[in-house]
This record gives sequence, C-alpha cells and structure tokens, in this order.
Amino acid sequence: MLVSILHRVTGDGMAIFGGLGLVWWLYALAGGPADYACFLHYAWQADAGDLPGLIANVFCRIVMIGLTWAFFQHLFSGLRHFVLDIGAGYELRTNRLWSIAIVAASIIATAALWVWLLVGKGL
Amino acid sequence: MGNGTKTGQVRGLGSAHGGTHHWMMQRYTAVGNALLVTWLLISIVALPSYDYATVTGWIAQPIVAVPLILMLVSVFQHIRLGLQVLVEDYVHDEGLKFASLILVNFYAIGTAAFGIFSVARIAFAGSAL
Repeated sequence: MLVSILHRVTGDGMAIFGGLGLVWWLYALAGGPADYACFLHYAWQADAGDLPGLIANVFCRIVMIGLTWAFFQHLFSGLRHFVLDIGAGYELRTNRLWSIAIVAASIIATAALWVWLLVGKGL
Repeated sequence: MGNGTKTGQVRGLGSAHGGTHHWMMQRYTAVGNALLVTWLLISIVALPSYDYATVTGWIAQPIVAVPLILMLVSVFQHIRLGLQVLVEDYVHDEGLKFASLILVNFYAIGTAAFGIFSVARIAFAGSAL
C-alpha cells in the first residue's frame, strides 16, 4: 500500500514541481546568459548576503534532491507496475519483497547520485 | 470488439466508454519517460560543468535537442494523464471537476509548449543569444 501511495505522491509531485522546474531551467537557458545567471542565483547559489536568495537556495536544493528521489521511486515503482500488468508478482512474499526493494533502491540511487554530484564533482 | 452480441459491442470499453485508451497512453508515455528522463539525468550529471556556454552548447546539438523535445512531449502527456486521474479521484463536484480538468490541460500543454519553444530557441539561436 505504501508503494502505491508513494507512486501517486511522487508522480503528482513531479508533475507540478518537476514540470515547472524543468521548464524554468530551459526557459532561463533560452533567455540568454543573464536569465540563466538569475536561475542559478535563486535555484542553486545566491550571492553572499542576499538573504531571500539564500532562503530560495535552501528550498530549491531540497526540492531538487526530493525530485531525484521521486524520479527513482516513481521509475522503479512504474517498472513494478509493468510486471503486475502482465499478471506476475502477486504472490504475497514476492509482492512484499519487491515493494521493500523498490523503496530501498530509490533511496540508495538518490544518495549515490548526490554523492557523485556533491562529492565526486564538487558541485 | 465485435458487433454481434450485446456483450461483444461493449467488451473492452469499461464504465468510462473510452475503452483502455487512457490507460494504454499512460503506459506508452511511461516507457518513453523511463528511457528519455533516465538519459537526461545521466547526461546532466555527466556534463563537465553547468555554466551557460557548456549547457547551451550541449542542448544545441541535434542529437540532444531532438530527444529533449521528444522527452517534453512524452513527459507532459504523462503529466496530463496522471493529473487527470488525480482530479477524477478526489474532485467529486461535477462543475469543479470540469474546471480542474481544464486547468490540468492548460498547465500540461502550456508548460510543454514553453519547454519545447525554449529548446528550439537554444538550438536555432546558436551563439546569438
């Protein structure tokens, strides 16, 4: 049941925050260097002393980490749906095993991605 | 679907009388998303840096711009279908449901259009921006 609820929450969360965030990024890039600098300022790293910008950074970084987790959770859970759609995996033990594996895998994948970005690439 | 017996005429249509079209479209776009969003995520992480020239130079390539536009089509169609189910499940007042579904359509198609236009502009403008 948790996996089903998470599928809906992550899907609809990405539908709003992911959709708007993705197009904000593309629209800023299409607007030229000044618009992209503004995007980076609010979404990732504001100038020191710009309190509203720094608050926006905290919010946007949490949203970005949340969105990557939502993506992995929704992707893995979606692949599970494909298996269930063909009529397989309904045995209680199998179903329970894959539900737990998906929740664990999405957390591990999210952690791996951000360790790579923040530590590996020094972002 | 047959046209002989009464059962044959309605088989596969379900209570919505729309058949399985919505359900199938959600699956078709899901496959597109699984491939294209995974590709985008890996590509973004693999970019050497995130400064303006690097990112726009990367997007401007046809091999990137075209899949990116296809991804926006697939993703926002999936978003439209997904939000539609959310509205149908939780908004029970018919008038409010109608208004909500209009809003869902405006949001999904409008945001997709902004995204596609942006990718096209980056690709066609080159270094002119």
